[in-house]
Amino acid sequence: MNDATTSSTKLSLFAVATGQKIFWTVAPFVVIAAVWQFASQFFPPFLFPSLVDVFARVIDILMTWSKLSSVLTTAMRILGGLAGAFVIGAILGFVMVQSKYADRFLSPVLTFFQGIPALSWVVFAIIWFHGVEFRILFIMIATTLPAFTFQVVGALRSMNKDLLEMVMSFRPGRLKFFTAMVLPAVLPEILTSWKVNLGNASRVVVVAELVGSSGGVGFQLLRQQQLFDMAGALAWTLQLVFFVLLFQRLLSFIEKVAFRYRATSERRL
Amino acid sequence: MRKPESVMPQDTPFETESKAEIVFRSVTKRFGSLVAVDHLDLEIGQGELVALVGKTGCGKSTMFNMISGLMAPSGGDVRVMGHDPFKEFDWFRGKMAIVFQNDRLLPWRTAVKNVEFGLEMLDISKAERRRIAMAWLDQLGLSGHEDDYPHALSGGMRQRVSIARAFATNAELLLCDEPFSALDEITSKRLRAEFASLVRKNSKTAVFITHSINEAFDIGDRIVVLKRPAEIAHDLRISPETTDAEKAEITTMIHESLSK
Repeated sequence: MNDATTSSTKLSLFAVATGQKIFWTVAPFVVIAAVWQFASQFFPPFLFPSLVDVFARVIDILMTWSKLSSVLTTAMRILGGLAGAFVIGAILGFVMVQSKYADRFLSPVLTFFQGIPALSWVVFAIIWFHGVEFRILFIMIATTLPAFTFQVVGALRSMNKDLLEMVMSFRPGRLKFFTAMVLPAVLPEILTSWKVNLGNASRVVVVAELVGSSGGVGFQLLRQQQLFDMAGALAWTLQLVFFVLLFQRLLSFIEKVAFRYRATSERRL
Repeated sequence: MRKPESVMPQDTPFETESKAEIVFRSVTKRFGSLVAVDHLDLEIGQGELVALVGKTGCGKSTMFNMISGLMAPSGGDVRVMGHDPFKEFDWFRGKMAIVFQNDRLLPWRTAVKNVEFGLEMLDISKAERRRIAMAWLDQLGLSGHEDDYPHALSGGMRQRVSIARAFATNAELLLCDEPFSALDEITSKRLRAEFASLVRKNSKTAVFITHSINEAFDIGDRIVVLKRPAEIAHDLRISPETTDAEKAEITTMIHESLSK
């Protein structure tokens, strides 16, 4: 077999594999969309609106600045809350790993916090604080902080002892120890924690906006509910889902680049 | 202070005048009720290549950890280059390098970046780091693999990268904890020879822990045989002139004392 034939075969195998991947990604959504569209023929629009209407509303939100700004506001609230919770969680995590007393004190408190429903935090925030943005930031941090902290603690504790000893044998300063060992060692678990908390945060932010805000996707959903506008409710929901998917893709891309050193097996689980 | 026995060969006296690089004075190490090292006295001079031999659990690694400053003695005094390696941990930055039993390469760094690691801790400039690391990789036959991640290298290649990492810092003292024990016999023998040659060529002091008497013969100018709990059973000086018959005699003697 000559080189041209070999590369042509490789190309066609790649095309088939890519085609299959796209098919299995898209197929479930096509089926759901088809069923929905079929249902829209027999039910009133406030129950099952036509997908054409939903699509038009999605485009309208994206093209109208006053509406798009609501989506961006919600996105910023999610990212701001996650960033705040991550910074505080990372500090608490480091303190807990360094001090067993801090660990003994903080672990039960954070576990207790984990048991408090997001809606309770919303109520507390409305009672305690006046500013809308601060309320939402507080809710976001309170609901995602325990998970971030425990994930940071887990990542730090699971660092490879052999590698730690090797690094210590070169007597690094604190900053070098952190940048050369700690950060790359814990990064995979940190990114995973961001992925997990992103989903949680997107659900919590909607609840927070629904109850205590005059803007954002949650507030818009409340308006659609009052208007009995299912197409609008779907369109606003899809905006949030798109944002989460987009950010998940970004995190996956970072993972792909940052963890290219990982060995891969040809055999899958 | 314990001095080497002039068993083999008779005419190679130990240079007692040499400045001792490592000194153990009545060192004891306890783990609860277990005594791992019991009033150990030992001196290792500058430029010596010493193989510490002993059975598993005889306290070799405990000694190793005390020399490297990762562990403090329960009693007595450990001095390395005149300093306490545990209390003055940072003083040894750049003065001591370790080759571990497993390669302990950072998986997120390429081969060359792993070799550069110790140099980074010494604040060597980026260009200089790269030049030194490439030279060591070349010397250890790893040219062309500098951009490979550890998972893409064989066990022998990875261990060579870890040797390059230790040598790159130009540390005066090299500590090796059974670095070739996980490799096949052929690779292990070749790396031993390369290692001993590099140590001598670069005038390093090296302490090499092993449970293999053959490996000790291949590596050491001096063989210190430890019995439990880290007491010196024999302290022998070896030279290139030591014959196979003499080595066989020594091996039998070591086996006998270790099996007691």
